[in-house]
Amino acid sequence: MDINWQFIISTLPLYQKAAWITIKLGFWGTLLSLVIGLVCSIILYFRIKVLKELVEIYVELSRNTPLLIQLFFLYFGLTKLGITMSETTCAIIGLAFLGGSYMSEAFRSGIEAVSKTQIESGLSIGLSQMQLIRYVILPQAFAVTMPSLAANCIFLFKETSIVGAIAIAELMHVTQDVIGMYYQTFESLFMLVAAYLIIILPLSFLLTWLERKVRYAEFGN
Amino acid sequence: MNKENHQVLLEIKDLHKEYDTRTVLDGIHLRVHKGEVIVVLGPSGCGKSTLLRCLNGLESIQGGDIQFDGESLVGSNVDWQKTRQKIGMVFQNYDLFPHMTVIENILLGPIKVQKREKKEVMEQAAQLLEKVGLSDRKDSYPRQLSGGQKQRIAIVRALCMNPEIMLFDEVTAALDPEMVREVLDVILGLAKQGMTMMIVTHEMGFAQAVADRILFIDEGRVCEISEPKEFFTNPKTERAQQFLNIFQF
Repeated sequence: MDINWQFIISTLPLYQKAAWITIKLGFWGTLLSLVIGLVCSIILYFRIKVLKELVEIYVELSRNTPLLIQLFFLYFGLTKLGITMSETTCAIIGLAFLGGSYMSEAFRSGIEAVSKTQIESGLSIGLSQMQLIRYVILPQAFAVTMPSLAANCIFLFKETSIVGAIAIAELMHVTQDVIGMYYQTFESLFMLVAAYLIIILPLSFLLTWLERKVRYAEFGN
Repeated sequence: MNKENHQVLLEIKDLHKEYDTRTVLDGIHLRVHKGEVIVVLGPSGCGKSTLLRCLNGLESIQGGDIQFDGESLVGSNVDWQKTRQKIGMVFQNYDLFPHMTVIENILLGPIKVQKREKKEVMEQAAQLLEKVGLSDRKDSYPRQLSGGQKQRIAIVRALCMNPEIMLFDEVTAALDPEMVREVLDVILGLAKQGMTMMIVTHEMGFAQAVADRILFIDEGRVCEISEPKEFFTNPKTERAQQFLNIFQF
């Protein structure tokens, strides 16, 4: 099989640009997801009235609808209601909306894994509720839940491949365009796979390293 | 050793505790004097542990009063964060924080809760660790320690808050027999120094050695309060006699 290297070299800048957009979307989507997830799980832990119910509705809504539909709603639906946002903003909000519920569930399972006696032990040295969360519960919850948080991060980076549907020139979108224009299907898809690997493999290694670090105290190597 | 003329540190009056409809503590009365060691004995499920847990607010109570240091520990306006600093508690399963090293475990309360100087707390921690023979383990994680070592650290963690009373809730129940001794020795040492303590245990020999008074509870009621010698040789109630017979072969 012949590979058109000339083509690959000539489209490299296009892919490079798209890769940066993917990274940007993935980064902000993941970061906001983590924040939303943490806040939601703390609301669930304290069983704060009303907010707790809202979080539960949000989690079900977000986990049980496809990202594509969420994006269409944000991009086309809200415009009908007079709310217009840029494609990038929509995409990041969409990713955060989806990721937030996954992260929230991951944090929740970690928090629930912290034994009741740990909490009593913390209370008995006079810690306040906030101190208990910060010094006793969250660090242990993190150690337990780190593998699922890492999986969610990688999942969200991969989910960016859908946001091309609302006209963002991320990797998937650019690849489809390139195929449409030049019919170099194999080379284009090869570039696409390579680009995702270049982005996600280091992320994956970073997360594995982080997981070891976070879990060392409690679980050893 | 009679400490009944010492100042009363803790007074429990007609304490009632219920879980749903089941009565766990049914009118407990007790006065603990400064420097006194009370060992709480009784069959499983009689309410011994619950009694200790009521004293530092880990369980709510349904009736009666607890006075500690002249202040009531009943009602919604008790400042438990403040009170718990003066009431050290050690649990059956050690419950060291697994994500922190030994020294971090010990420093957490004094520094974050009591806002003390790190340097000063470090010195105290070093002294206490020395006393329990674990100076060399201060940078270990709990998982790297044996049960007996963990329990000694848990005691140091509570002591470093400078409590006025220590509560021990079956602290040797989860330990191998060989490790029981090293923990009990630490508690005996504390008794010698005049620490006020309430100890729930199933170690009869230890109870006899350490106690100023034995509190025998059955079905949530105080059956007997007496000095250890009297309790072990000549118990007043039949229930206590039965209980003690279990430990004889």
